[in-house]
Amino acid sequence: MKIIADTGKCVGAGQCVLTEPALFDQSEDDGTVIVLDDQPEGELVEKAREAVHVCPSQALLLQE
Amino acid sequence: MTTVEKHEFPMTRTCPFSPPPAYEEIREEEPVSKVGLPDGGWAWVVTRHEDVRTVLNDRRFSADRQHPDFPQLVKGGFRRQGDERTMITMDAPEHGPARKAVLGEFTVRRMEALRPRIQEIVDGQIDALLAGPKPGDLVEALSLPVPSLVICEMLGVPYADHDFFQTHTAKLIKRATTPEERRAAFDTIRGYMEDLIAEKEANPPDDLLGRQIVKLREDGAYRRASLAATGFLLLVAGHETTANMISLSTVAFLRNPEQLAAIKADPGKTLDAVEEMLRYWTIVDAATARLCVEDIEVGGQLIRAGEGVLALGYAANRDPRAFDDPDELDIERGARHHVAFGFGPHQCLGQNLARMELQIVFDTLFRRIPTLALAADVDDLPFKDDANIYGLYRLPVTW
Ligand code: SF4
Repeated sequence: MKIIADTGKCVGAGQCVLTEPALFDQSEDDGTVIVLDDQPEGELVEKAREAVHVCPSQALLLQE
Repeated sequence: MTTVEKHEFPMTRTCPFSPPPAYEEIREEEPVSKVGLPDGGWAWVVTRHEDVRTVLNDRRFSADRQHPDFPQLVKGGFRRQGDERTMITMDAPEHGPARKAVLGEFTVRRMEALRPRIQEIVDGQIDALLAGPKPGDLVEALSLPVPSLVICEMLGVPYADHDFFQTHTAKLIKRATTPEERRAAFDTIRGYMEDLIAEKEANPPDDLLGRQIVKLREDGAYRRASLAATGFLLLVAGHETTANMISLSTVAFLRNPEQLAAIKADPGKTLDAVEEMLRYWTIVDAATARLCVEDIEVGGQLIRAGEGVLALGYAANRDPRAFDDPDELDIERGARHHVAFGFGPHQCLGQNLARMELQIVFDTLFRRIPTLALAADVDDLPFKDDANIYGLYRLPVTW
């Protein structure tokens, strides 16, 4: 599985970071998403799914 | 127009804990319906969770409140042509850069760094409440001063001026305010902001407004009026909303002792409780108006370019398609997909600040005052049925 983030769509709400700080961070400059680990495994897979679900701009995508 | 609007908007709640009953009726029977607006026009209301998210996240809906066809929720409208625009009225591609210019100030990490200071503010206000008369008013002692102090400090606005903003902000959101009064309140706060920013220009301090002056100058994009508009937006948005959430959620916790006990036993649950409170109350739901700029079908209904749309967050947050037993308050339900902060590109910029403030307030309030109780009947509480942001004017509590 791979996480794909579209920073153009990202509105910097930080929902991904709140969901799993091990996978996501936000740029200091403009608040947009930074994917720290785009190939989550184990428990983090569920977290990645949750992040995609709660992201308010549908900026995150999972490639299975 | 051929269809007769069945309902007039805005609608009022009959029960303080539930949306206006018509929301459910519309959502179940005709989820995208026409309603009459205060100025005599009409708009579509969109009520299902999925459809609300579509409206708020599709470029075929514009947020340009200065457009002459934009649905007006208050008589006489609110914006004037030629007013300085802020990010909330912009569409792509103009919107993204404007929002991103301040977004770095509101990241989750930035908010975490504020935690100790917010804790200190909350403790100080609770000290004052405990030292004051019994019963006390939670609104005055805690709900209003906490978010006000925090946003004032962040922006670099003297807190000593807060009575002034409070009075004018209250006028902005009251439905009964006349267009002239609303305009005057708007101009007064805007003028204050311009003066304040002008003072910061010579030697920009290390606060949000000061940092914006520096950053925008570097980008060659600094304009005082434009920054004043942003400052105004952040100040007003930061004041009333969180304050009302503190008051309303306190009532909800006190009426649901098992759920209160759950967060007392495990403060780790407070953030989930905050999400559920946000969903349950959805204090701003009419702010998410849009103008359709290109024909699109939503929920089986064709919406045409030029038609106004109100995406009703409160109806969406009580939609059984998205939440089981939506009218129940259940802090364990996992409510994070609520739309209380909106959805899409305009989703609330201050949401993580709000989350943190609410989390700290609830953890601290119920830990420090475990015997907190309402000092009035729920039926007698002055709920803000006459404002476009729901809340409480006063909340008498004892302990
Ligand atoms: S949740 Fe979505 S919009 Fe928010 S920062 Fe993450 S990717 Fe961006």
